[in-house]
Amino acid sequence: MSQLPANLKANPRLDRWVRFNPDRTVTVFSGKVELGQGIETAMAQIAAEELDVPLERVALVAGDTAAGPNEGFTAGSQSIEQGGTAMRAACAEVRKLFVEAAARRLEVGASELAVRDGTIEVPGTDHRTSYWDLASEVSLAREATGEAAPKPAASYSIRGKSVPRRDLPAKLTGAAYIHDMVLPGLVHARVLRPPTYSARLVAFDTDAVRRLPGVVSVVVNGNFVGVCAEREEQAVKALEAARTTARWDDPPAMPEPVEIRELLPRLPTETKTVFTKGTAGAAAAKRLEATYSRPYLAHASIGLSCAAAVFENGKLTVWTHAQGSFPLRGQIARVLGMKDEDVTVIHRDGAGCYGHNGADDAALDAALVARACGRPVLLQWTREDELAWAPFGSAMVVKLTAGLDAEGKVVDWRHELWSHSHVRRPSAGEGVNLLAAWHVDPPFAASTPRDAPYPPGTGDRNSVPLYDFPAQEVLYHFVAEMPLRVSALRSLGAYANVFAIESFMDELAAAAGADPVAFRLKHLADPRARAVVEAAAKAANWKPNAASDGVRGRGIAFARYKNSSAYFAVVAEVEVAEKIWLRRAVAAVDAGGVINPDGLKNQVEGGIVQAASWTLKEAVRWDRSRVLTRSWEDYPILKFDETPAIEVVVLDQAGLPGLGAGECAAGPTAAAIANALHHALGVRARDLPLTPERVAAAMS
Amino acid sequence: MAERFTLRVNGRAQEVAAEPNTPLLYILRNDLGLKGTRFGCGAGHCGACTVLVDGNAVQSCDTPLWSASGREITTIEGLGSAERPHPLQQAFLGEQAAQCGYCINGIIMAAAALLKTTPQPTDAEIAAALDRNLCRCGTHVRILRAIRRAAEAGS
Repeated sequence: MSQLPANLKANPRLDRWVRFNPDRTVTVFSGKVELGQGIETAMAQIAAEELDVPLERVALVAGDTAAGPNEGFTAGSQSIEQGGTAMRAACAEVRKLFVEAAARRLEVGASELAVRDGTIEVPGTDHRTSYWDLASEVSLAREATGEAAPKPAASYSIRGKSVPRRDLPAKLTGAAYIHDMVLPGLVHARVLRPPTYSARLVAFDTDAVRRLPGVVSVVVNGNFVGVCAEREEQAVKALEAARTTARWDDPPAMPEPVEIRELLPRLPTETKTVFTKGTAGAAAAKRLEATYSRPYLAHASIGLSCAAAVFENGKLTVWTHAQGSFPLRGQIARVLGMKDEDVTVIHRDGAGCYGHNGADDAALDAALVARACGRPVLLQWTREDELAWAPFGSAMVVKLTAGLDAEGKVVDWRHELWSHSHVRRPSAGEGVNLLAAWHVDPPFAASTPRDAPYPPGTGDRNSVPLYDFPAQEVLYHFVAEMPLRVSALRSLGAYANVFAIESFMDELAAAAGADPVAFRLKHLADPRARAVVEAAAKAANWKPNAASDGVRGRGIAFARYKNSSAYFAVVAEVEVAEKIWLRRAVAAVDAGGVINPDGLKNQVEGGIVQAASWTLKEAVRWDRSRVLTRSWEDYPILKFDETPAIEVVVLDQAGLPGLGAGECAAGPTAAAIANALHHALGVRARDLPLTPERVAAAMS
Repeated sequence: MAERFTLRVNGRAQEVAAEPNTPLLYILRNDLGLKGTRFGCGAGHCGACTVLVDGNAVQSCDTPLWSASGREITTIEGLGSAERPHPLQQAFLGEQAAQCGYCINGIIMAAAALLKTTPQPTDAEIAAALDRNLCRCGTHVRILRAIRRAAEAGS
């Protein structure tokens, strides 16, 4: 018996994955949910390919605790690598069982049979049956064995093709999201969040809110206040009234808003060694040191966190756009004092989340209000709460030191990083990591802040460069205390680590008098890594040692996400005027065997633009009391007139395993922009974001 | 107090009863079931709720019901359907110009307003027309390409 993929081993029953329907369609079940990354389409492609049915016959159910596998979270660019591999193996196994049953029925050898459009036949004869004809006699209520060999890549006809996203026609024409759900008797709900992280509710006039038109119920439980009303505008007015009547005890409890490079090292840390190799201290002709930082960043979804909930006969059903229906179920059950099996959590698409935003919190909010009011509830956050209360991506500081020998090769390399946790997801640790759980009375404790081991790491993700440096040391100063609420944001620590490493590589190249592309290749043995660097440089028409005109500049950066997922290199071209414009980005990506090439390109393009927005514009600001960035005016993101031209070269490795690519662009894009800025102006900006003010500060 | 209003939405007269200052967005979504127009910020900053009012792109989240009465309102549903998409919807699907898709309908409506007055817009005119629209997934390049494609198809 061969080894089962991890997610199939954890969910071995085949009927958790595949079901044939009487209408000659097949439903496949996945724990990986659609977040705008196109996984629903890619997963259907994988299933259709392995079952030999056309894509139109495949329906996908994802993220339903009542039906389908528990695959944890849809996160970390793992959906193709892990979920896709499990789906492929499950479907291969199902196909094999049906082919064997067909062989028995048709009295032929299984090897004589072929599957085409779900029909199992001896080619060229009328000996045929189908999945649906055999469905009553082949039970999938059995465990996977790992004995079925998946199809060879050479025979693929659906995988590897650019298939249009299946979810888009509905989204671009009408109702499609969780926000659009309609349930009989539904009420609209809102939550009044405290004005600050530490505020405590000391007085609240419930009647003043309850007597407003349409108000169905007002829930006050500790510091949690929820309202629901017949009409949405009535719920909004009830929220405004609740805000007016609430009195909070609210002493300032936030740290002084100082520069990140000062703030984090000042807080208590626990230090661990992530990686060591060789011995530092070899004779170096030159030694360089530089410190880089990134701010707290908001997920800043365009759609608000939202959930629907129905509490009926002691059972709770919650609809959510969270990344993990199963882990969320456990946490909601715990807060409500219910058994897991009495809670059903069902995924519905929301706006893009880019990590752990307020989706999970909204699900608990909705559950609490639904239990109190006895009606189906559709609960939606406000824009202000979305920007101020959802978890942020952790700020980080990275200090790098390296020695160069006389030949311009790196002889030793030291990477020190400061970061909070990046994994404050609902189920991480012993506590409950949901906002309302901390606000109800008695409150639930949050989990002790922790980080996950390297590799793939969290704050230390991509802290070990892929370059062949003879001596390396990587130290992680974990900052457990979190002045701002933090959790997973797309690429976790890789964004800051790669920004620092790849900026520093250019600083070293300059010190060595080398061209940035040549300097990287000189230290890079992995042929696939070299290939993306070379492909990006070629596509961008990179001219070694080209001079800048003092306005325009170009820079390159590279990383392999998690050192185990997609390889990515990008050349950025910037122009400095009244602000810093990213004019063009030319990238190369090797994501192994590609399922949907256009889907991959779309993800990579989006990753570049989002990273450009983080890098050029974004930072969460606060004062001694509260988060100050509470609207799009306070927290600007990249606008349409700032759109760069983008070119993505895909180095397809058909037949090789797929490599997660959803997060590969973040760190390299940041560094490529910083390197281009340096090329243009000769100034090295090391603290993100690269705003005109910061660049001016770096120049002085 | 709730009052009765007659709206003209997607070519049909519709009676609704609500407080006069109710945002048009809630009326479209909840009273008329036109869910393709989306809430994003409630302050007219992000454009997810953009509809056409007398042909102009308007943020319906901060447009009061009373001010929309008697005007010609068009939502994404009034442009086309999955079965019979409008050339703009067709172009967005053709370019696969969406990731999560949440911002797109507001962008399509802003583009529809633009193409009506400026059938062959320059890139700068397209970007200016989207000045009040935000996209977080970073689909900007494809969105601009889709609008150019729709403009070319309409010429």
